[in-house]
Amino acid sequence: MTESAHRPRSDVPFYAGLLVLGGLYVILLAGLLVADASFTTPAQLWAALQSTEIRYAIWLSLWSCTLSALLSLLVAVPIGYLMSRHRFRGQALVDGLLDIPIVLPPLVVGLSLLILFHTLWGRWLEDAFKMALAWLGVRRIRGITYDIPAVILAQFSVAAAFAVRTMRVTFDQISPRCEQVALTLGANRAQAFRRVVLPEARRGLLTAFTLAWARSLGEFGPILIFAGATRLRTEVLSTTVFLELSVGNLEAAVAVSLLMIVAALAVLLLVRHFGTERQFTRAIEP
Amino acid sequence: MITVEQLSLRQGAFRLDDVSFAVPAGRYAVLMGRTGSGKTTVLEAIAGLRRIRSGRVLLNGRDVTAEKPGARNIGYVPQDTALFSSMTVRENLGFALAIRRWPREKMEARVRELAELLGITHLLERRATGLSGGEAQRVALGRALAAHPPVLLLDEPLSALDEDTRHEMYALLRSVRERTGVTALHVTHSPTDAEQLADVVFRLRDGKIIA
Repeated sequence: MTESAHRPRSDVPFYAGLLVLGGLYVILLAGLLVADASFTTPAQLWAALQSTEIRYAIWLSLWSCTLSALLSLLVAVPIGYLMSRHRFRGQALVDGLLDIPIVLPPLVVGLSLLILFHTLWGRWLEDAFKMALAWLGVRRIRGITYDIPAVILAQFSVAAAFAVRTMRVTFDQISPRCEQVALTLGANRAQAFRRVVLPEARRGLLTAFTLAWARSLGEFGPILIFAGATRLRTEVLSTTVFLELSVGNLEAAVAVSLLMIVAALAVLLLVRHFGTERQFTRAIEP
Repeated sequence: MITVEQLSLRQGAFRLDDVSFAVPAGRYAVLMGRTGSGKTTVLEAIAGLRRIRSGRVLLNGRDVTAEKPGARNIGYVPQDTALFSSMTVRENLGFALAIRRWPREKMEARVRELAELLGITHLLERRATGLSGGEAQRVALGRALAAHPPVLLLDEPLSALDEDTRHEMYALLRSVRERTGVTALHVTHSPTDAEQLADVVFRLRDGKIIA
């Protein structure tokens, strides 16, 4: 047999396999959206939007998710950077600890939060928080547990773990070489971080923020346990779906689900739109 | 002048012991050695980027062994150029000056002077990504020279360049040396680099320096 007789087989089966396997999942997702959309009518959606409770839940969801995503970034950037750039004793333990909110059932996170705030230290923290609220003259929020701060804390506890993972991978992928050059050019660590590393990490920051935001929007178990499901107080959209379902109002539950999908898509698109390279760099530069 | 005295360091299984050499002021030294011989490690130790176990590093007679990289007043050009990709070429060139809080006009004049010296004036507004190998090396060289360091450390700066660009860079490095009077240590495995540029050649073999 001559060497020229060999002809590679067609690539069609390979791509056909990829398309079938990947396509099944995409079809499943599209099917979910179509099913939700066909189950509800514009009138039902409008009715849901007219409800004071649901409007409150939308408002609380939007700003609590944004706040918890920002808080997640605030801890994810330092932790991700330290874990990526430094080796220290007990690092494996810290690494494992950081994964706990990812592997633990969300319900357990909520229960653990509740227990934490029933310990001596937790009660002390809650009392200090109440005093701070009184001093600031805030009347609407009365404490942490079973109130709005619990919603944010529950969302943050889980969302931050995802943001930390994202930032860790982001910093791992940025070569430390640029930072080293900045150091030789006279910068200290903080200057090298702010001027060189952080701008290079912008995409990772955006991804971490979006992931934390989306995760917070979907959070349900910990909020139910730690913050309760009080209408016009701790009710977020995921709680609304649960509350409406529990009273047999399937139409409203589906309408709210659709609203959540729209809100999530809007935020993802907005962040991507405003997160174009130049705008984001401008936003974080002095 | 660059003086390395009895430098010892460890990195995993790799070790260097008792490495000593000196580059006289204003001279261009080439440090040669095979891949993995530790030449880059020596360069990084001089730059302050690698912790050493014992020995001393003196730059122009000043003991900088305990100093941070930024306090050593060196210019460092790494092998992969490591340009700051979120910045323009102008911002890359002006980085060391911005850190030193130079006034805007003085900084602009210096950046322009460097750009002219290196033939990259037309690139100033470009982002530092997507430059050709030769262009990126010129920017990295300019960035290292901006704050007038008396010592320049180059880590295989020409290894990724094609033959023509490499010869352009030889001419450029010679002209930079003449115009700045900088003391240079250039790490390479290429004998041609040494022939074209070196006043002094050191060889690193089995953890020892052979002049």
